[in-house]
Amino acid sequence: DLSPGSLSPVMIPPPRHVDHLSPDSPSPPASDVLLLASSAPQPSSMRFAAASEFGEEDSRSLAPSAGELETNKGDLAEIRNEDAPASIPQKQKPSKAERRAIQEAQRAAKAAAKEAGLSGKSTGAASGANPATSKQAKPAKISQKKDVPHAPSTVASEKKVTERQPERDRKKDVPHPRMQFDDVHRVEKAKKRAIVNQSEARNRVELFRHLPQYVHGTQLPDLESKFFQLEPIHPSVYKVGLQYLSGEVSGGNGRCIAMLLAFREAIKDYSTPPNKTLSRDLTAKVSSYVSFFIECRPLSISMGNAIRFLKNRIAKLPITLSESEAKASLQSDIDRFINEKIVVADQVIVSHAITKVRDDDVLLTYGSSSVVEMILEHAHELGRKFRVIVVDSRPKLEGQGLLRRLVAKGINCTYTHINAVSYIMHEVTRVFLGASSILSNGTVYSRVGTASVAMVAHAFGIPVLVCCEAYKFHERVQLDSICANELGDPDVISKIPGRADLGDLKNWADNENLQLLNLTYVPEYHLWYSFLDPLIYFA
Amino acid sequence: ELAVGNTVRRVLHIIKEEDISFTAVGIEGLSVTAVSDDECDSGNDDRPTLSAAVLASHARNALRAPSLQTLLDDIPVSTALSHSSSSAGDSDGKTGDKSLKTRKLKHDVIAAIGDLIEEIDTCYDQISEQAVEHIHQNEVILTLGRSRTVKEFLYAAKEKKRSFRVFVAEGAPRYQGHALAKELVEKGIQTTVITDSAVFAMISRVNMVIVGVHAIMANGGVIAPVGMNMVALAAQRHAVPFVVVAGSHKLCPLYPHNPEVLLNELKSPSDLLDFGEFSNCMNFSTQDGTPLLNVANPTFDYVPPKLVSLFITDT
Repeated sequence: DLSPGSLSPVMIPPPRHVDHLSPDSPSPPASDVLLLASSAPQPSSMRFAAASEFGEEDSRSLAPSAGELETNKGDLAEIRNEDAPASIPQKQKPSKAERRAIQEAQRAAKAAAKEAGLSGKSTGAASGANPATSKQAKPAKISQKKDVPHAPSTVASEKKVTERQPERDRKKDVPHPRMQFDDVHRVEKAKKRAIVNQSEARNRVELFRHLPQYVHGTQLPDLESKFFQLEPIHPSVYKVGLQYLSGEVSGGNGRCIAMLLAFREAIKDYSTPPNKTLSRDLTAKVSSYVSFFIECRPLSISMGNAIRFLKNRIAKLPITLSESEAKASLQSDIDRFINEKIVVADQVIVSHAITKVRDDDVLLTYGSSSVVEMILEHAHELGRKFRVIVVDSRPKLEGQGLLRRLVAKGINCTYTHINAVSYIMHEVTRVFLGASSILSNGTVYSRVGTASVAMVAHAFGIPVLVCCEAYKFHERVQLDSICANELGDPDVISKIPGRADLGDLKNWADNENLQLLNLTYVPEYHLWYSFLDPLIYFA
Repeated sequence: ELAVGNTVRRVLHIIKEEDISFTAVGIEGLSVTAVSDDECDSGNDDRPTLSAAVLASHARNALRAPSLQTLLDDIPVSTALSHSSSSAGDSDGKTGDKSLKTRKLKHDVIAAIGDLIEEIDTCYDQISEQAVEHIHQNEVILTLGRSRTVKEFLYAAKEKKRSFRVFVAEGAPRYQGHALAKELVEKGIQTTVITDSAVFAMISRVNMVIVGVHAIMANGGVIAPVGMNMVALAAQRHAVPFVVVAGSHKLCPLYPHNPEVLLNELKSPSDLLDFGEFSNCMNFSTQDGTPLLNVANPTFDYVPPKLVSLFITDT
């Protein structure tokens, strides 16, 4: 199926799970694929059809491929044979994703059964071969996918070995001369691709193995193509997810608001299925949307708090409410949350912080924070005369956007990169920083590089003001940046836009000694110094 | 350029030294010749006086702090000699002596400069020899930008089979960290490239920071590629040793007054902002015509001496 699970990287459920496939009612999206598959009876074209449908996505291809194989037994052998070597480098996702895969497999099996019924073709060994073929089909898809950096874990490789044994046995069972030749050829290709994947995967940074590695970059075109086949996911949720993935929407407040508005739309269009309670079903739906968002980009703390609020509201709905009333109440709750916790809070922060901006001030800010931008704009409207220094850093270069907006408003700006903070700090009077969250030990969790700026400011004896809305606070505690962070696309480090001459790191993935690390967040902490307390503004 | 200034001073020092030793020899030689002249040629009264004058001037020169002017004085003295001495032979011999002397001086100076060049070229070897004392097993090293001294240092440690990993900060806007990472990787050293902003995040897991610098000032402060002060502050905060490796030709006798401004260069803003993209922003300006958008792109950073734990240099 093409829904929440379709975005995760390679994921192969262990063989035993696949046994639970039970053909029931079909699902429409899968049926599209299977019809396509059945209309092209040749093995190669069927494989192509499946491949074109699923491109890089692996685990979800389980479903239609199972159906496809059922319709043509000839394919079974081929794909089965291919799988053996191709199944070597697979990443084993956490069990949650596996369970999703099982659901996918079940849905696919339903679709397959419908397909089998439609086309009239059925192989005797359909059900028996299903487990084997379905698990093999995935590696088949993998062998045809483009390069996606995957990180095989040792657990995965072990499981693959066990999987391959039964596959090899079945290979012997189904000999087909022409297929064999093709098989060998594809086996070679699969092996080659496997090796590439494996070496790319080895370029993970040891220190950050506990964090999900960045594999999402290649998913975007894939997701975009599936935009119209998104039955279980509401279109607005899907759209917001894509925006996260492409980086169009970023920043704590922005992402949170986008997410809440998407949920609002989804709730508006929601209708309770029969025999289900609204609160439980809706909570489950929201959870599925949330896991979709996590696939696109790990949640920020502000988003986490908002989701918790929403689930809380759903759970507290009185049972006596009718569906439309409940939906209306939830929508108004969401509106209220956005209004109170974000919009009004920002206004309060701005009104407090403007008192700190005096004439002839030189203010320094790092990256692009929505609150700080508001403060600067308001202060300028009030007629204060000040200069702004925007400090930016790679790889996101968010400061450039802020720079444009400030200059358009007529504010005198200086732009520099983070390395030059020591140089520029001697002219600065105050530093304004935004935060993604404030943790319970006083640590400010913010974009990577913020801590460096605050540290240099402290070394020069310059007051640092951190502006953060209250809903972003979290009771977690974090000691340094390694515990929890978000890894970004390492390719962004090797490519420097506009400087084509610096192509030294073009083939970084080929070299197993070289790793690129792209962190997104950094906590800065222990800012409470004796005479230089950074003042935190929040509302 | 500070290192260039240092080298020029060294060369001047060489010339002065050579000259001093030369004049010391010359004075003795002259006194000998003067005596012999007196003995041989009593007919010529000028010579003893001239030689005495020459002797006296030489003595004066030797007493005076040698300077380029004294060196140049030799030339008018020799021409004076050639004018005043009537008899050709001895005076020719004298002037011949003089030009021979200057030629010999030049020769010595050139040889000494050659030694200096070689010394600068081979500073890496001497510094790298000390690598094993500082890099042990399972170390994590952080560096910024690209320094040849650091590179040789790490190579030497790798040769001696020390196990270590390196985090290389890119060093925007020149991004030389990328080139260094590539070179290190070719030697089989585990390298991770990080952005400069991530230095603070990673420094808690780093054992040592090793950097190369542009110049070392008289107070122990260091002129380094931009961003180094940030790294040094982070290292101090996390109690990580900040080690500076530099050849001795980078040691300057100057004291840095306001080094951020005086010992710095500002480079083109195009490194940071693409002119094409930001052309619309460049047009804005306030009433008095000052542009609304400024860009600061300094080349160097000053690191105060209290942030540096150790200097490693040759001889």
